[in-house]
Amino acid sequence: MTHTLKRSDFDVIASWMKPGESVLDLGCGEGELLQLLGERGLRGWGVERDPGLVLAAVENGVNVIQSDLEAGLAGFENDAFDHVVLSRTLQTMRHTQQILAEMLRVGREAVVSFPNFAYWKNRMAVLNGRMPVSEDLPYQWYDTPNVRFFTMLDFEGLCEGMGIVIRDRQVLEERGGIVTEEANFLGSLAVYRIGRGS
Amino acid sequence: MTEGSIGRVTPQRLAFDTPLALASGASLPHWELAYETYGTLNAARSNAILVCHALSGYHHVAGHYADDPKNVGWWDNMIGPGKPIDTNRFFVVGVNNLGGCHGSTGPSSINAATGQPWGADFPIVTVDDWVNAQARLADALGIETWAIVMGGSLGGMQALQWTIDLPERVRHALVIAAAPKLTAENIAFNDVARQAILTDPEFHGGNFYRHNVRPVRGLRLARMLGHITYLSDDQMAEKFGRKRRPSAGSYGFGVEFEIESYLHYQGDKFAGYFDANTYLLMTKALDYFDPADAFEGDLAAALARAKAKFFIASFTTDWRFSPARSREIVNALVRNKQSVSYAEITSPHGHDAFLMDDHYYHAMVAAYVRNIKT
Repeated sequence: MTHTLKRSDFDVIASWMKPGESVLDLGCGEGELLQLLGERGLRGWGVERDPGLVLAAVENGVNVIQSDLEAGLAGFENDAFDHVVLSRTLQTMRHTQQILAEMLRVGREAVVSFPNFAYWKNRMAVLNGRMPVSEDLPYQWYDTPNVRFFTMLDFEGLCEGMGIVIRDRQVLEERGGIVTEEANFLGSLAVYRIGRGS
Repeated sequence: MTEGSIGRVTPQRLAFDTPLALASGASLPHWELAYETYGTLNAARSNAILVCHALSGYHHVAGHYADDPKNVGWWDNMIGPGKPIDTNRFFVVGVNNLGGCHGSTGPSSINAATGQPWGADFPIVTVDDWVNAQARLADALGIETWAIVMGGSLGGMQALQWTIDLPERVRHALVIAAAPKLTAENIAFNDVARQAILTDPEFHGGNFYRHNVRPVRGLRLARMLGHITYLSDDQMAEKFGRKRRPSAGSYGFGVEFEIESYLHYQGDKFAGYFDANTYLLMTKALDYFDPADAFEGDLAAALARAKAKFFIASFTTDWRFSPARSREIVNALVRNKQSVSYAEITSPHGHDAFLMDDHYYHAMVAAYVRNIKT
């Protein structure tokens, strides 16, 4: 995952937020998104499980809380944050529905980004008999941290089933350019802004 | 800069002649604090760090004494040139708390009013009282605002109290292996330790000094009990397991298991130098510590006035003050939208881990402290 690609995802996320708002970044890694949001006047906290990444986030001067997301967000209150972000992490989690519900409990709204398994190159790879490896799915099948493989249509179906409202959607191709049509075919990375249904 | 010891250090002492009003309603008319300093206070006086000690610690935090080179400070692995608390950058102050037995006014000090050791007459001191006394020392040293107030265990509780009592005077608080208050189980352990001392026939109601005896048996038991709570089950299993002494198998009540030998040694060593009244006071200060109490138990409300940024750390095998207790502090701070980072450090060493030389733990403290401007 290159820095610039990570930024393309982040720019979309940042565009949905305003200075002065609060954000919880789940699986914050080294805290790059929080740094970017901090520069834009937001107040942020990250959650990260990996000790090396927690150390890097502290080095980067962001607020980071060492904790395992699979254990839920029990420590955080309802409506504690304006935004809760899960960037490129949903596909690594086992308790998919639980984390989505928890994000929308502690946050007014949530942002989720994930690699789209239905991206045409991924489809091609499977048609050719191999598991896909790409910029947004940069792992071999035997060493991937990803445990859930799903498409944009799958995600949207789950949201509907859970009563989650999709407020915004941006779809990016592998190099970070915006995809405007045939998103589930041309999109390598999907970024969703979601909220609680009425 | 190479990492090393601060080297030779000299304890200092400062006498205060303005009375210190205590939480209990009592007042200390004249009192002294023993302290040490390492590094140099910069011209802006913006690089000062206060290190608060835990139950049995004192002002000798780093380095060693000229006449006693083996007496190395209790947090020497954390503090020194090039260490996580880098004395090339910071001016570090270690202080012995009131009620202590290492030079600050305490039960074994002479009460000027009677010419006798204070003994049972020494008032109960609380964490708030310590913060007030430390603030007077800061005044005397010309330190308006601490860059950092830090400590482990009971020391971490003082750091937390500082941010609440004197929010303008703390920029960062490092609260390590602490808790926002003691549980019933914690208090229960403290009470058993106190009962061991209070029921020792040589305690004499706290006035054992005038009988030229010391309640060594009670103090020894108290320390043995405490020591069990500082270790982890895993670590004890690994270090001692069911290993026997050569004398084992005698079907008697002598020392048979290695763990018994270890605890006896720790108990004897501690009882040899520590003051029993100080031990009582320190455990009582722990029991009373509860900054949320004045806010109907709402820790976030108590911390709302804090202006410091926080670094909180806990250790996975610490069952005395478990990671969940540190998370209570973290959650309260996040609820208030205050700056906080939290590390939950994997360690086999139980509560004592905060004193251990652990690479990840020290790297974490170093990383946090490096970002602090002086």
